[in-house]
Amino acid sequence: MTQLLLFNITNGLIIGAFYVLMALGLSLILNLSNVINFAHGGFLVIGGYIAYTVTPYLGFWGALLVAPPLTAVIGLAVERVLIRPLYGRDPLYSLLLTFGLAFIIEDGTRFIWGAQGKPVTIPTFLAQPLSYEFFFITGYRVFMVTLVVIAVALLFVLLRYTRLGIRIRAGTLDLETVAALGINIRMLRSLNFAVGIFLAGLSGVLAAGQLGLEPTMGTGLLMPSFIAIIVGGVGSLTGTLLGGLAIGVASGMTAVFFPAASEAIMYVLMAVVLLVRPRGLLGEEGMMT
Amino acid sequence: MTAAQVRRLAVLAAIWIALLLAPYWMVPLGGYTALATRVLVLGLAAMSVNFLLGFTGVLSFGHAAYFGLGAYGAGLTLKYLAPSTPLSLLLGMLLGGVAGAILGALIVRRRGVYFAMVTIAFGQVFYYIAFQWSSLTGGDDGLRGFSRQPLDFGFLRVDILANANNFYYFVLVCFALAVGVMGFILRSPFGRTMIAIRENERRARFLGIPVELHIWIAFTLSCFFMGLAGALYALVNNFADPRGLHYSQSGDFVMMAVMGGMRSFWGPLLGASVFVILQDYLSSVTINWMSFVGMLFVLVVLFFPRGLLGFVRGRGRA
Repeated sequence: MTQLLLFNITNGLIIGAFYVLMALGLSLILNLSNVINFAHGGFLVIGGYIAYTVTPYLGFWGALLVAPPLTAVIGLAVERVLIRPLYGRDPLYSLLLTFGLAFIIEDGTRFIWGAQGKPVTIPTFLAQPLSYEFFFITGYRVFMVTLVVIAVALLFVLLRYTRLGIRIRAGTLDLETVAALGINIRMLRSLNFAVGIFLAGLSGVLAAGQLGLEPTMGTGLLMPSFIAIIVGGVGSLTGTLLGGLAIGVASGMTAVFFPAASEAIMYVLMAVVLLVRPRGLLGEEGMMT
Repeated sequence: MTAAQVRRLAVLAAIWIALLLAPYWMVPLGGYTALATRVLVLGLAAMSVNFLLGFTGVLSFGHAAYFGLGAYGAGLTLKYLAPSTPLSLLLGMLLGGVAGAILGALIVRRRGVYFAMVTIAFGQVFYYIAFQWSSLTGGDDGLRGFSRQPLDFGFLRVDILANANNFYYFVLVCFALAVGVMGFILRSPFGRTMIAIRENERRARFLGIPVELHIWIAFTLSCFFMGLAGALYALVNNFADPRGLHYSQSGDFVMMAVMGGMRSFWGPLLGASVFVILQDYLSSVTINWMSFVGMLFVLVVLFFPRGLLGFVRGRGRA
């Protein structure tokens, strides 16, 4: 029983790490640009398939290095051409546009790479379990969680200590003043979008190694990321981090006792948070209204 | 009567005549009656979304949930409760509306993108319930094993199962009733208040209007209409599909409203007819119809943000 519980909590933490990576990217874009990026799951899929395509030439490590930046470049192009004209308009429009984009990406990946799932080979030493007692802790899972931790830490360092990060945070609070201080906010939004898509690409590569690839996989990860943001509190990246882990662990633990409800529990958690603390765990007062 | 009034009456008459005669002009044009019925039902759904989006200015991106609940409500009634078409419509509508009333209370304090996010997330709850609870709902395969029943007026029995035209006119009657009520609400002081909230929420609040309450009522009403549309849709297909609850379906509804023109009452019906007919056509000619629908989204947002009607009117004024 203890092992089963531990197994599912570990599972929950790992899946939670995915949610965190996705949700942080979404949250960055939402906070600065007021855009709900429905195509975020699509960019995850693009990242995964790029990794799949380059693995035969560069190996897994090469793919891990190459795929996220390439995804970010695609994201940058999309932002420049499609999303930039919509800033300042009703958020409805960017929502609909990215929604359509998600369709195009899903169908496009199916067209290019086929509807069948694709495996991504990971280095053999990572595929081994670390010990027989805890068979579920494979090297890959440890590696994945470590990488997510590093990525999140780097993101927070970027936001805390670099000029770009400070501007992004300032823009989240008051974009108009930032613009008035002579900062190119178009560039700021583009870079911020690229950082968010980079994270989606990274989670795509990691997810590909763990779950294999399917054109529809992005959609499944999108909704939990939304919930992570709402639970954690809109406007707070630390909140998003906590929210992602919380729903991951909650659904992992529910899987032990009542497997059918492991998805539903996230929504229950969200309803409770909205009832008891409408602004979310760490959300700032007024950000949700 | 002023010229504008005459024109409005003429447009209204044209719409109703087109709807009344639809089975007779759609078939020669290469359509089929069931397609007209689907346009009507999805048009009602898009108008219900627009009731909230276009007239209260609140973006719900999870309305498919209440549509789907209506469908399951109607289907389950016919399958397990009683073989009565009116009862199934009523219960389907109630299921959608009551669920909307309860969730609406949790949601109404949010605004803008956050409102959209919370509505999407809550909408998905029902998708998972329909998906997981297979013993009741049929799970992934959807709810089958029911069919619409003949209407029994005591002195007259109308067969709406085998006769596609009869069923079309039955749906048209339901549509007319719902749309009539919708128009009546929008013309009432309550409807005017909704529009005031859309135009300037802060000023409405200063005038002492309980904004949250109004949004909640508008949300609930639109969920009732949505439930009715969903119940009708279950009768159209004799089938309820979990994908009808999914947020991508909500996106389609919002798209229909925007594409037709969300500032106008009839715009969503126009959007729905274009959308439904296009989707019907595309899915028959290409397997990549999803890309085309996606591109339609992108194009409408970039080039026709005010919808087809908004575009035409803008032209006329300029």
